[in-house]
Amino acid sequence: MTEEILKVEHLNKFYGNWQALHDINFSLKKGEVLTLLGPSGSGKSTLLRTLNGLEDYEDGKIYFHGKEINPSPKQWQALRQKIGMVFQSYDLFPNLTVMENILLAPVKVQKRNEDEVRKEAQKLLGQVELADYADAYPRELSGGQKQRIAIVRALAMHPEIMLFDEVTASLDPEMVRGVLEIIQRLSDNEHMTMIIVTHEMNFAAKIADEVLFLEDGKIVEDTPGKEFFAHPQTKRAQEFLDSMDF
Amino acid sequence: MLHSGINVLFEGRNFARLMAGLWTSTWIAVLALIIGLAIGTIFGVLRTLKNRPVRFILRIYLEFFRIVPTVVLLYLVYYILPRSLHVNWPATWMSVLAFALWVGAEFSDIVRGAIESVPKNQRESGMALGLSRLQLFRYVLIPQAFKLELPATINLATRVIKTTSLLMIINIMEVINVGQQIIEANNQQYPTGVFWVYGFIFILYFILDYPLSAWAKRLTAKQK
Repeated sequence: MTEEILKVEHLNKFYGNWQALHDINFSLKKGEVLTLLGPSGSGKSTLLRTLNGLEDYEDGKIYFHGKEINPSPKQWQALRQKIGMVFQSYDLFPNLTVMENILLAPVKVQKRNEDEVRKEAQKLLGQVELADYADAYPRELSGGQKQRIAIVRALAMHPEIMLFDEVTASLDPEMVRGVLEIIQRLSDNEHMTMIIVTHEMNFAAKIADEVLFLEDGKIVEDTPGKEFFAHPQTKRAQEFLDSMDF
Repeated sequence: MLHSGINVLFEGRNFARLMAGLWTSTWIAVLALIIGLAIGTIFGVLRTLKNRPVRFILRIYLEFFRIVPTVVLLYLVYYILPRSLHVNWPATWMSVLAFALWVGAEFSDIVRGAIESVPKNQRESGMALGLSRLQLFRYVLIPQAFKLELPATINLATRVIKTTSLLMIINIMEVINVGQQIIEANNQQYPTGVFWVYGFIFILYFILDYPLSAWAKRLTAKQK
């Protein structure tokens, strides 16, 4: 049996009186790619952010390698080194060069040797075809380039899980493919465990081992990827897939 | 007549004395700024934290120094502190203290505003990389805030330099105090001395402040 890295049990989250997440349950195995699908406002991003401690939750439990996470700022800070996240808006630090962006956390947080991280970063930059941009500032890059750097920045931490929050949603169409290919390779070659929120249905159909379909903060359906796209179990998911027209 | 009046500046050691006065004004302003900016950075960062009591106390500190006129502050440190707390420092040090606390208060508000205007995403992407709160401030928020706060900081510096003119009321030999002594001492010989001396002091302040003010203006224009 493959090892379970992340498990979520009976998770509820409120914004004031409004419940954003209802009784969320799922688990994630090593090397698995989980895709969160659903209409806007269904709570996909909120759920993803909760898994990285960027949102707190009122009750329920999250387990990392079978150990319950105590949701304190300190514990989350430590866990974030193992759970990498990439955002829709890239969010590179504009005051630092590309290389400095990548080096910052491995060197300052993980206290790794700077020269070794630099070498590794250079290799990773090569893999995303941006080897010549180490000394550029983020403002000199296009959206697609920034997003590829943001992925490299997260990978340089050696995370066990990567969270992708609509990473292609603000990119020009011709930039999307390059970013998605990187994520696809990450799964194919490195067997990276990932949770992906996306609106790119073709991509989701190709990469997803498991699909969580959410609506109004509830998991409507939890189905293996191939099956979900061929024969979703619920009518609501079928409607959703039909409306996406891909 | 006017032509001869200008000589009041060069009578005896007058010119050297004016320059010494200017130096006093300048070093007090610079030292107060250095200390005040350090205090202001720390307090400004603290004011962005969630801790309510800390924020409340620092808010009161800010309002106190913002509301109380500088003249009153100077009297406070010069006459009242020594008597009630037995702090017997020279007047120049007392004035550095008063100015530094004032700068610290004003700057804390500039820093708070600048840090709060760094986009929330920056904070989150730093957190997502596992940065501690201190690291987040040091490597991400403060450097980005610095750029935003620079014009306001330069304006604060010009205000501090101008306000050193009040130091004469606690008998510090800064440039205006020296100027007044020169005017009084040479009143007989140079009836128009007051015009020349103050005119010269005007130029001195202008030389100090104008480049700063122009720099701030350029930075503001660039940020738009």
